[in-house]
Amino acid sequence: MRLHEYQSKDVFSKYQIPTPKGRLASTPEEAKLIAEELNTAVVLKAQVLVGGRGKAGGIRLVKSPGEAGEEASRILGAQIKEIPVRRLLVEEAVNIQQEIYLGMTIDRETGNILLISSAEGGVDIEEIARVSPEKIVKININPMLGLQDFQGRFLATEIEIPRDLWRVFVSICRNLYDAFRDLDATLAEINPLVITTDNHLTALDGKIILDDNALFRHPDYIDKRDISAETPEEIEAQKFGLAYIKLDGNIGCLVNGAGLAMATMDIIQHKGGKPANFLDIGGGASSEKVAAALRIILADPQVDTVLINIFGGITRCDEVANGIKLALNTLKTDLPFIVRLAGTHEDEGRRILADANLETVESLQEAAEKAVKLSLEPVS
Amino acid sequence: MSILINGSTRLVVQGITGSEGAFHARKMLAYGTSIVAGVTPGKGGEWVLDGKIPVFDSVKSSVEVTGANTSVIFAPARFAADAILEAADAGIRLIVCVTEGIPVKEMMTVKHVIQEKNVCLIGPNSPGLISPDDAIVGIIPGSITMKGNVGVISRSGTLTYEVVHALKQAGIGTSTCVGIGGDPIVGTNFSEILSHFEADSQTDFVVMIGEIGGREEENAAGFIAESMTKPVIGFIAGQAAPPNKRMGHAGAIVEGGVGTAESKITALQNAGVQIARYPEEIPELIETL
Repeated sequence: MRLHEYQSKDVFSKYQIPTPKGRLASTPEEAKLIAEELNTAVVLKAQVLVGGRGKAGGIRLVKSPGEAGEEASRILGAQIKEIPVRRLLVEEAVNIQQEIYLGMTIDRETGNILLISSAEGGVDIEEIARVSPEKIVKININPMLGLQDFQGRFLATEIEIPRDLWRVFVSICRNLYDAFRDLDATLAEINPLVITTDNHLTALDGKIILDDNALFRHPDYIDKRDISAETPEEIEAQKFGLAYIKLDGNIGCLVNGAGLAMATMDIIQHKGGKPANFLDIGGGASSEKVAAALRIILADPQVDTVLINIFGGITRCDEVANGIKLALNTLKTDLPFIVRLAGTHEDEGRRILADANLETVESLQEAAEKAVKLSLEPVS
Repeated sequence: MSILINGSTRLVVQGITGSEGAFHARKMLAYGTSIVAGVTPGKGGEWVLDGKIPVFDSVKSSVEVTGANTSVIFAPARFAADAILEAADAGIRLIVCVTEGIPVKEMMTVKHVIQEKNVCLIGPNSPGLISPDDAIVGIIPGSITMKGNVGVISRSGTLTYEVVHALKQAGIGTSTCVGIGGDPIVGTNFSEILSHFEADSQTDFVVMIGEIGGREEENAAGFIAESMTKPVIGFIAGQAAPPNKRMGHAGAIVEGGVGTAESKITALQNAGVQIARYPEEIPELIETL
């Protein structure tokens, strides 16, 4: 689960990491009021969970409370990458001397935590990592020992932070580490961590991602999940425990298992077609779940062909076949279906589908070829 | 010989009284796997699977009484990390964790403990292993594969079934098939399994099934170039997947350009690995070798 900037900054404040003064506004009047309180130039920042909001006009520097109100009403009515802006962070503007990158993530290979920093932070950090990887400093933290102060000092010297700021920098590293551990984060970033012209460190922007598998330990965040960046189909899929991601093709896919679902998309693409979605019904899915999955696929107006690929292990082919039948009883559709069943109870599954006048194919390759051929035919 | 599991495997099933544990324990037993014990805290003293298998309160007591040397874990996600640590503490040398959804924080601890104790952990979020005709440890259906000379390693579940099934259809059998698990932190990586296959006299070829996310396949490519003499055939799932969207598996996501299918395929090809474009092309490639 990805936190908003304002939520990340709430976490920073709680862990004594300095942030600019400011508050959240959901109306232009509130934005104006906050600007009056701060009594200085302010920055308005749209709170949406997509990248590139600055370039899309979602961040504005304004000089007066009146201007804050006007700009706020413009941004609050707008959409950024199709997501409506509902909230703004109104913060005092800071004069920047230097932008630093400071982040933490998990090192998959060692099971350690990586503390990453660069003297050149800001929006282009990914580009810097690609072009000049030597400008990125990484430190491995053993979670059994925790972050040690000397590691923070080492980082401070490596990225050449002025000596008088070492103490604060090390405490920011330590506090970010504590927040990372306490919240079950998989990513915690301060980017940029700014050295102001009056020589203070402050967290100008932040991004925290929490481990979905550990949300049971953080029930307060479950209610705060922002689903505005998800499509209605994705939200519906979550209700049924389905992993669904919409793509831009026309062949709807229903598969059991994430790896097989990806491989099914790949073979469609390889044969010259375009998958409309990723959909994993998981292991041991019931016929009701399969029916829900089909409803979601058929609700996508771009879908003109449906490919179902089931390799039964825990999942039983007859259960899936019954789900398909159940869905087709209630949904009227003329779209062609290509069904491939293999594994547990495949014969029974094929028999059920034959009763429903649906043909099945033997191999994944054959299924993909058929689906692509049908999907390329002009609609009559 | 196969790798990791064989006729001398003595298996304890952690979570044997749960619905999944009971269901798969029955299947493993029917296949001929030597299950010697089950563990469910609080249910010690019961007998399950038609009275054939004794249940213990702890892994330690099951090892003392039955001489179990391998464990498979079906415990729920919140208790699974504890189950792994318990098995490691009881002296089990091979632990297979099927459970999906264990928090990363717990897995960081587990990773350090198993390295310290030199325990082999397969998973979590793994379908387990099968050495055809000898043993199944996990949930891989026995009927989809047969004994042979191809070693299979994978990060996925049903995609692995698809591949071993395609091999069997082409008359090709497997020595051992290992699902290392689809989570960001897993106990054993591709390279460690590759080195087992390199040393195994029954294995002549290795099939490696990777997917987008992480650098595991790139690391394996380095190992293959340096240390593998046996031919390796690879397949990478997720070529059609868009960036920054998690494709079901917690590990399958392309972030900040890291973990793309393209980077993995290039690294493997540079190491001399033949890459199949779709699962059914794997047996075709093996036949040309």
